[in-house]
Amino acid sequence: MTRLELLLALGCAVLVVGLVAHLLARDLVRRVVALNVASAGVMIVLLVLATRGTEPDPVAQALVLTGIVIMAAITGLALALVRRVEAPEDEEAP
Amino acid sequence: MSALLLPALVLGPLAAGAVAAVVPRERGRVRAAVGLTTAALTALACAVVVGGVATAPGHEVRVALAGWEPPLGIVLRADAASAALLVLTTLVGVAVSVTVAVRDDAGGGPAFWPLWLGLWAALHGVYVTQDLFNAYVLLELVTVGAVSLVALGKGRSAGPALRYLFVAVVGSLLFLLAIALVYAEAGTLDMSAAAGRVAPGPLLTAALALTLVGMGAKMALFPLHSWLPVAHPAAPAAVSAVLSALVVKAALVVLWRFWVALAPAAGGAAHVLAVASGVAGSAAVLWGGLMALRQRRLKRIVAYSTVTQVGYLALVLPLMAPGGEAARAAWSGGLLLVVAHGLAKAAMFLAAGVLTAAYGSDHLEDLRGAMRHRPWVVAALGVAGVSLAGLPPTLGFAAKWQLLAAGVESGQWWWVAALLAGGLLTVGYTAVVLRAVSAPADAGEQAPEPPPAAVPTVQAAVPLALAVAAVVLSVLAGGLAGLVADTAPRGLA
Repeated sequence: MTRLELLLALGCAVLVVGLVAHLLARDLVRRVVALNVASAGVMIVLLVLATRGTEPDPVAQALVLTGIVIMAAITGLALALVRRVEAPEDEEAP
Repeated sequence: MSALLLPALVLGPLAAGAVAAVVPRERGRVRAAVGLTTAALTALACAVVVGGVATAPGHEVRVALAGWEPPLGIVLRADAASAALLVLTTLVGVAVSVTVAVRDDAGGGPAFWPLWLGLWAALHGVYVTQDLFNAYVLLELVTVGAVSLVALGKGRSAGPALRYLFVAVVGSLLFLLAIALVYAEAGTLDMSAAAGRVAPGPLLTAALALTLVGMGAKMALFPLHSWLPVAHPAAPAAVSAVLSALVVKAALVVLWRFWVALAPAAGGAAHVLAVASGVAGSAAVLWGGLMALRQRRLKRIVAYSTVTQVGYLALVLPLMAPGGEAARAAWSGGLLLVVAHGLAKAAMFLAAGVLTAAYGSDHLEDLRGAMRHRPWVVAALGVAGVSLAGLPPTLGFAAKWQLLAAGVESGQWWWVAALLAGGLLTVGYTAVVLRAVSAPADAGEQAPEPPPAAVPTVQAAVPLALAVAAVVLSVLAGGLAGLVADTAPRGLA
């Protein structure tokens, strides 16, 4: 196994661990964190792909940057919804 | 002219959404005015682009942004499929905007406008993008907009919204991995350029499977559908209409485009995946139909009906596989079905919204007498149901006819059985709804029902207008199908 294949397998493993944790966890915050772990797995795959040539591939790195930004936005939205789900009935936002 | 308008279709509503967001929340009328103006301008721009596509050689309008061609730049391209979706989005979008403008409540308050305009922009982007990563970003934008809109619903809508967000993001991550695999293989993100550079093998098969599962989750394809009957009814009425008619289709379009571009290179593996999609679709048709028959709330019936119709759309992949005449019929039938289902489902959810506003509930028991008090709204429900079931003279009939023709043409009769069974089930749950609303209001020993609350006439007329559009467009179905079939993909053969 080359170093490249090893790293790709690592990325996929992180994705699978994140997805399984996301599906099995009961706690909502834990599920949001697991989703972030899963997305880190995909980002690792993209970053490893960027190192294939002699020079780093800027396109793949740009994709990772955008992906991280999107995941941050989604995490924010998810946490806001978690707060509303777990708010006591009388405190729920209008 | 239409090439210049392509970027405007995406950037216009996006800018208007930003403007609506900075208008103070208390100035709801101003936000509505911004929304309505945008809807009118968008409709105009869509008409020009659709006209451009119809008259352009090869039925295609293409623009490389800022003059940069791929692989450096990003290309926007509107073809016949984009045109069909733009027509649908314009009709539903204008109907929804008018509904919320006359009755703020239908959209869930002033936060509706910025979110809806942003969502509209993202939908347009999905229809015209040629770039895989762009498709991913735009789908995420669609998800964020749709989830936030669900959360505007009354009562405890945050739970269903969060569940929807989780499923949609998992789907997107799988799709992003598929994009990474395609990029690793082809070295480009442009879909048509990638088509020529991929070779059959485990990487391409994995990319197709990941896209099928990821987009299947996002469009609620059986067995990944369980979030939809929870999330769609929890949303405000106008939002439910947008979700069922348009948002589900965004994931579907990405799946179809990805499939049409890359599946032919994958050989036998693509056939297996197409059959898997067909099996899931057939199961969705039967399961969704049976569950719809068992529901006692109008909005949940309509939501389960969406599960059924997504099943039909998944059947297009195996029907298209043999290529030739069958692929043409399946492709044009699928696109007509997207339009027919969008119009019918938007009409049904908006009608359900009117009835819920009038009777204070969407329980079938509480809607007794609606036929007498709100005949036009019930008529909209009926006509939309007829179109969904695929009976003439509606657009739904034209669409299902094409799909049946594709099944018969290619000798795949087992998919035809699913198509026909689904039609019967649709007639069944439409009849359940019509029977409930036509029961006399003072049946039984209780006191006569209180008269329904007043609803703006315009809001009550919008669902009927959409349902009538589904009938009127059937006259044009031949031309539309011809336009679409001219650019049909060649199948997997």
